[in-house]
Amino acid sequence: MSSPEQWTHPEPDAAPAATAAKPTAEQVIAGLRATDEGGADLVQLLTPEGERVQHPDFDIDITAEELRGLYRDMVLIRRVDREANALQRKGQLGIWVPLLGQEAAQIGAGRAMRQTDMAFPSYREHGIAWTRGINPTELLGIFRGTDQGTWDPVEKRFHPYTIVIGNQVLNAAGYAMGQKFDGKVGDDEGEATMCFFGDGATSQGDVHEGFVWAAVYDAPLVFFCQNNQWAISEPTERQSRLPLYQRARGYGFPGIRVDGNDVLATLAVTKWALDECRHGNGPILIEAFTYRMDAHTTSDDPTRYRLSDELEMWKLKDPIERVKVYLVRQQWADSEFFESVEADADKLGEELREFCTNMPDPPAERIFSNVYAEASPVLDAQRDEFLDYVSGFAGGEH
Amino acid sequence: MAAPTMDRSSAAAPASPVQTLTISKALNMGLRAAMEANPKVIMMGEDIGKLGGVFRITDGLQKDFGEQRVLDTPLAESGIIGTAVGLAIRGYRPVCEIQFDGFIFPGFDQIVSQVAKLHYRTQGKIKLPIVIRVPFGGGIGAVEHHSESPESYFAHTAGLKVVSCSNPADAYWMIQQAIDSDDPVLFFEPKRRYYEKGEVDTTTQPGKLFESRVLRSGTDATLVAYGPMVRTSLDAANAAAEDGTSLEVIDLRTLSPLDLAPVYDSVRRTGRLIVVSEAPSESSIASEIAAKVQQECFYSLQAPVLRVTGFDTPYPPSKLEEEFLPDLDRVLHAVDRSLAW
Repeated sequence: MSSPEQWTHPEPDAAPAATAAKPTAEQVIAGLRATDEGGADLVQLLTPEGERVQHPDFDIDITAEELRGLYRDMVLIRRVDREANALQRKGQLGIWVPLLGQEAAQIGAGRAMRQTDMAFPSYREHGIAWTRGINPTELLGIFRGTDQGTWDPVEKRFHPYTIVIGNQVLNAAGYAMGQKFDGKVGDDEGEATMCFFGDGATSQGDVHEGFVWAAVYDAPLVFFCQNNQWAISEPTERQSRLPLYQRARGYGFPGIRVDGNDVLATLAVTKWALDECRHGNGPILIEAFTYRMDAHTTSDDPTRYRLSDELEMWKLKDPIERVKVYLVRQQWADSEFFESVEADADKLGEELREFCTNMPDPPAERIFSNVYAEASPVLDAQRDEFLDYVSGFAGGEH
Repeated sequence: MAAPTMDRSSAAAPASPVQTLTISKALNMGLRAAMEANPKVIMMGEDIGKLGGVFRITDGLQKDFGEQRVLDTPLAESGIIGTAVGLAIRGYRPVCEIQFDGFIFPGFDQIVSQVAKLHYRTQGKIKLPIVIRVPFGGGIGAVEHHSESPESYFAHTAGLKVVSCSNPADAYWMIQQAIDSDDPVLFFEPKRRYYEKGEVDTTTQPGKLFESRVLRSGTDATLVAYGPMVRTSLDAANAAAEDGTSLEVIDLRTLSPLDLAPVYDSVRRTGRLIVVSEAPSESSIASEIAAKVQQECFYSLQAPVLRVTGFDTPYPPSKLEEEFLPDLDRVLHAVDRSLAW
């Protein structure tokens, strides 16, 4: 990966990145290029160049300390992501699902939530998990194959990763209905739910049904769609004729498109949406316009379906670098701060590597555990028979 | 959330504890008792509120418990099941009605991918006490998709429990027991028997949920059935008795987990087993029973286990359903073949 500075300060003659923004008609038709401009409705508060800009509807008061915190979150979760990606390459994980490029969308959305709010993730939400207080080591087992998520979803208010595309949107709608039925909606102390899904998921029936349910029951639910332009190999044009945020209108609730690489705008819009929901004005759809900088997973090969100059163009919109530029220009952070964040990232990466390489395989009886809440004599017998069979091999080798 | 107690004596409050009820009314009273016992019990489904359901099983419940506990939902089965999952995580005990058996498939993804697996995925941190009620089976002269028997799909899926009632007393009690269960339960209701009557004692539970039951003792052969085929099997046993053949009849009641101890016990005495079900036989509940019985009762069997079932076809146009569905004569024909082996 090249230095982020290169992306925000390209050489004057580095024309390819600039011209790359305009795909040819043939490239669009061939599906080789995703939508690459957010359009006039994009809510942005911090430009890719690190300039603070005003928006007529959304603004945010943020202190130096808060912004340093968001920067730190993004740097650390990017490091987690890169370390985990490397751990897969070293054979320590079976697969990894990179979030590279989506740090601002996730940290902005996650930091907008209150502890009492609930979140339903898809499977790329490592940044949201981070903001819910989940140790990144708890994400590894899913991809190493030792477990299917170990955090307590009730305590953390962070549902298990959902791998079937779109299923969690209905589960979130039901949970938000429950918040309303419980009388927890209607004032500033109200609760709300956030549901995370991608551009590909918007084609799923469950997402449509989730929109319908949340709308007719006035559920306090923020639909947070990270449009990272690619559903594995399919560009967003394969999912919709219409910009995704505009779909909300058909369901009768607001849809906002935010610059998902702008942590300030994402934080501001999500806070607003959550507040609307907790006051009883939900649901709301947010489309965070961002980009999947890496492959869909470590098993994927994006060179087969997208052009590398598109990636170069998005590097210029890096979510972390623009905050760094702004912090420096404002004199809100000095080199000591940036060095301390790097040191924290190094430490976190080391902890992750250490933890991952020492994760034990689960015992064979784990196959049979907790299939049911109530006792299952049938499975107990199956387990005992299998363990007895296994123990028949001398030395426990099997 | 702790399961509520099963003491519903004050909830039903009839003049006499023993009443003659239809299966449909017994289900309605059972649902009402469950809602009275636990404010977290809610009903979800299409047309179940104002209309009381197309079969009137939820008749009067919305009027008495309100629109927030008896939800006329939008018309989408995945939505019903998927939102029930979220409500269950929030602490509710949703009872979902699927209007007809053949309409459950849009909800199949949520049932198999989330309802069945979340407890396992989280190793018990999430419990999903969800009941999915499904009027099932044929014999009502309906159009396509209204007469199916899809229970095997769900019995095949780990993490789900599957039961079927065959009489009013079981209907009244089993639905309450299913709602009390901390596991998700598919509850199959024999729709063509909805209006059959029987005595219901609303003060005394007849037994546990996941148990099969011998309904009629016999010595020559064993009939095992569930749901609508229990009546058919009892009728066959009555007819056989007139010819001097003594048939034992077992109501399976629970399809997952199977409770086959009473079946093994019976087959060890009779040596002959006929399984009766409306569902197609390939890879079915009937197949599973045949496999397990030959494994457990190999030396007791005097004849191969026979299956009297629907054919391995889609459900036919209703003018042909009397030929498709197992009836008394087909059951007795199988008994004759078993005895003649």
